[in-house]
Amino acid sequence: MTVKEMAEALNLRVFAGEEGLEKQVAGGYTSDLLSDVMGYADAGMVWITLQTHKNIMAIASLKELSAVILVKGFEPDDDTLALARQEQITLLGTSGQAFETSGRLYRLLYP
Amino acid sequence: MISAKADLHIHTFLSPCGDIGMTPLNIVRQAKAKGLQLIAVTDHNSTLQGPVVRRVGEREGLAVIYGAEITTREEVHCLAYVETEEQRLVLQHYLEQHLPPVPNNPDIFGYQLWVDENEQVLGEAPFLLISGIDQGIDQVAGFVHSIGGLFVPAHIERPRNSLISQLGFVPPGLTADALELSRFTNPVDFCSKNTYLKKYTIIQSSDAHYPGDIGSASTSLLMEKPGFEGLKTALTTPHE
Repeated sequence: MTVKEMAEALNLRVFAGEEGLEKQVAGGYTSDLLSDVMGYADAGMVWITLQTHKNIMAIASLKELSAVILVKGFEPDDDTLALARQEQITLLGTSGQAFETSGRLYRLLYP
Repeated sequence: MISAKADLHIHTFLSPCGDIGMTPLNIVRQAKAKGLQLIAVTDHNSTLQGPVVRRVGEREGLAVIYGAEITTREEVHCLAYVETEEQRLVLQHYLEQHLPPVPNNPDIFGYQLWVDENEQVLGEAPFLLISGIDQGIDQVAGFVHSIGGLFVPAHIERPRNSLISQLGFVPPGLTADALELSRFTNPVDFCSKNTYLKKYTIIQSSDAHYPGDIGSASTSLLMEKPGFEGLKTALTTPHE
């Protein structure tokens, strides 16, 4: 499944990084501790978080994540948007909270 | 110039996790007994115990700086230091404006009381002081600098509530006047493993919650006389 297909299926808002929409989604990781994501997320995963700081895009790039989803209607900071564009990683958003967003993604990936 | 021994991260009884022995007089006397010449009062998201500690410090001959340990929206603990009562009031207003109104449960978290010199209760902070405020770290840094204060992320290497635990690494471009290491880390080892931080001034403080912790870590800083101006110059002067 591509990031684009996932975004459509889960009705996610695209904030930035449309260049990354054709990347393949290999799984998901839900965490708000960036140090945890740095240590344990794997390449190709979609990361679900409420953190909006620009470091999320730096870590998404470092770990070669396929996309980032901000939950609970949080909007990215301006420098976070800029980094998403620069790193060409899709930054998405939803009004749902982390539990339900993770559940919906899980059901989509592992029907 | 003197080399002032400074412990710039001390909680009082006002912090829910602060020991009942952390009263103004005890803090000042313990700090003096440990040979400190400069301390900062840094309760969680509050400055309310600062004035009494400073007054006791003036009487006993110890310089006391106003401060707070602010929990940012990312749940990063950051120290803010200010000089004047006017600045302290502005900082206090900012904290009260941005702290979520979650009532404290003293049975779980501890009491949030501030006291006078004779340890009589002056007031109780109603909302849980350890919550994250609704401002991100860059907003907090910007605010503290806008009122002429100093901004220092606390115990950055710790596995909880630190810049590194919450944000993975120190964000490039963060406008910090210094970075604080906890008393559990050797600063020389840390700096040799984290050379990307060499442009920052590194300080170490005790994060004391008990009287016995005061001065268990400290930083010696060159200044004309112990106080906010001296601290500001010492932290913000370019170094090797």
